[in-house]
Amino acid sequence: MPYTKRFDGRKFDETRKIEAEVGVIPNADGSAMFCFGDTKAIAAVYGPRTLYPQHLQDPTRGRLKCIYDMLSFSVTERKRPGPSRRSIEISMVTEKALNPALKLEKFPNSAVNLYIMVIQANAGTRTAGINAASLALAHAGLPMTDLVSSVSVGKIGGKICVDLTKDEEDYKEKDEKDTTDIPFAIMPRNGKVTLLQLDGKITSKELKEALQTAKKVCNQIYEVQKKVLQEALNK
Amino acid sequence: MIKEDKMKIDRKKAKEEKEIKEIKVSKKEEKEQVENSPRDSPRERESKERKLVVPGQIVVKGLDFLPGDGTIREGDNIVAIKFGLLDTVGRLVKVIPLTGAYYPKKEDIVIGKIIDITPVGWVVNFNGPSTGFITLAEGTREYVEKNADLTKYYDFGDLVAARVIAVKARTVDLSMKGPGLRKLDGGLIVKVNTHKVPRVIGRQGSMVNLIKEETNCNIAVGQNGIIWIKGRTIEAELVARNAIKQVEEFSHTNDLTEKIKELLTKSRIKEIKE
Repeated sequence: MPYTKRFDGRKFDETRKIEAEVGVIPNADGSAMFCFGDTKAIAAVYGPRTLYPQHLQDPTRGRLKCIYDMLSFSVTERKRPGPSRRSIEISMVTEKALNPALKLEKFPNSAVNLYIMVIQANAGTRTAGINAASLALAHAGLPMTDLVSSVSVGKIGGKICVDLTKDEEDYKEKDEKDTTDIPFAIMPRNGKVTLLQLDGKITSKELKEALQTAKKVCNQIYEVQKKVLQEALNK
Repeated sequence: MIKEDKMKIDRKKAKEEKEIKEIKVSKKEEKEQVENSPRDSPRERESKERKLVVPGQIVVKGLDFLPGDGTIREGDNIVAIKFGLLDTVGRLVKVIPLTGAYYPKKEDIVIGKIIDITPVGWVVNFNGPSTGFITLAEGTREYVEKNADLTKYYDFGDLVAARVIAVKARTVDLSMKGPGLRKLDGGLIVKVNTHKVPRVIGRQGSMVNLIKEETNCNIAVGQNGIIWIKGRTIEAELVARNAIKQVEEFSHTNDLTEKIKELLTKSRIKEIKE
């Protein structure tokens, strides 16, 4: 059966309900929360601080050190706490997705510590993490050329969809897994793509269509992020 | 050939006209901006609501303004690179950050802890992006002999109030020379958000002086958000700490000084009764 209607009744280019807030962690220099429906990520920024061990220091610019993790209660089956192969990879791609937007030249030999914790997961955690992190970095008063907006696109049973849930990621057609998942991040102002991963199969034509949709949706998320920051101090 | 040339010229003309129009439009916008720029008296400037900007937002179009702190020029536009309030001083546009960590500035007074002693001075941690350094000459007026024991001036873990004299790439140079700059003995420490420090100090020190008078405490405020309180009794210190916490929490409200005054008198009456 082809995938003609989404499980939760959304349109194909519609995200789940977005909720966002900045300043959720009082002890951090900057913090934010970002939700895609049931997927909920919080991000905290500390620093810049002098980077140790010293051999990691860069005398030309500051470094972003990102740690992504899912908390043990965030998924149905308890996740073993601590870094895993998956979380180390996501930490690395998140760092690379956010670095182009940051201007850390004024903080040589120092590091900005960014912690992203997923407190509830239902697919799309790295994209929610990047959105939260981008808000937290801005909230920490760090110089940035732009915010980073991120969303996942995918192909379910031949149909291009935005912001997949776990059920959609596991969608099977004739007992064969038939989904493609593409996490995507962009700096909306200049349109530069900072994260693009692909899990599954897709034709080049379909990929182009998927990325176009992702760009459109990222611009919507960008507006939400701007709004959240502008309303942050009115409370 | 001639036809082609004519077409070329026509196209050029159209382009030029378009450019002129664009320039006119941008000039119009600039004019508006100039009119909006706060060149009036300080009081009027305060009452004017300043715009909140986010990183990547184009704040000024055209070449009439200069990019200051927290902004960069990108082509013809000035773009904000920090989250905060937009401020225009003359032709300079800058962003005043409202959140985030402390960044040392020259002439700031900071309170920090001695974390290391080297043969040439003291290393200070003041919760900044790098550590601070006090050289022997800036640390004391006395003559220090070779191989002298530096712990008799400032020991490990001592708290000092120091002035920033230079911000360098790897360290921040601090000095102990100046009024009120010394080792802080005893007392207790309150940490507040560095952006709330101006409210704790108040206009010309009105707020901190009020708390000092009402509680009879000695208070030193560091721009890095560390505040040192020392009173005769621990109760007085706790009253002062509570007042400072209240200032931080209600920093955005009107007649804050009055509210704090009320709070302090109330707690004083309580103390006497006890």
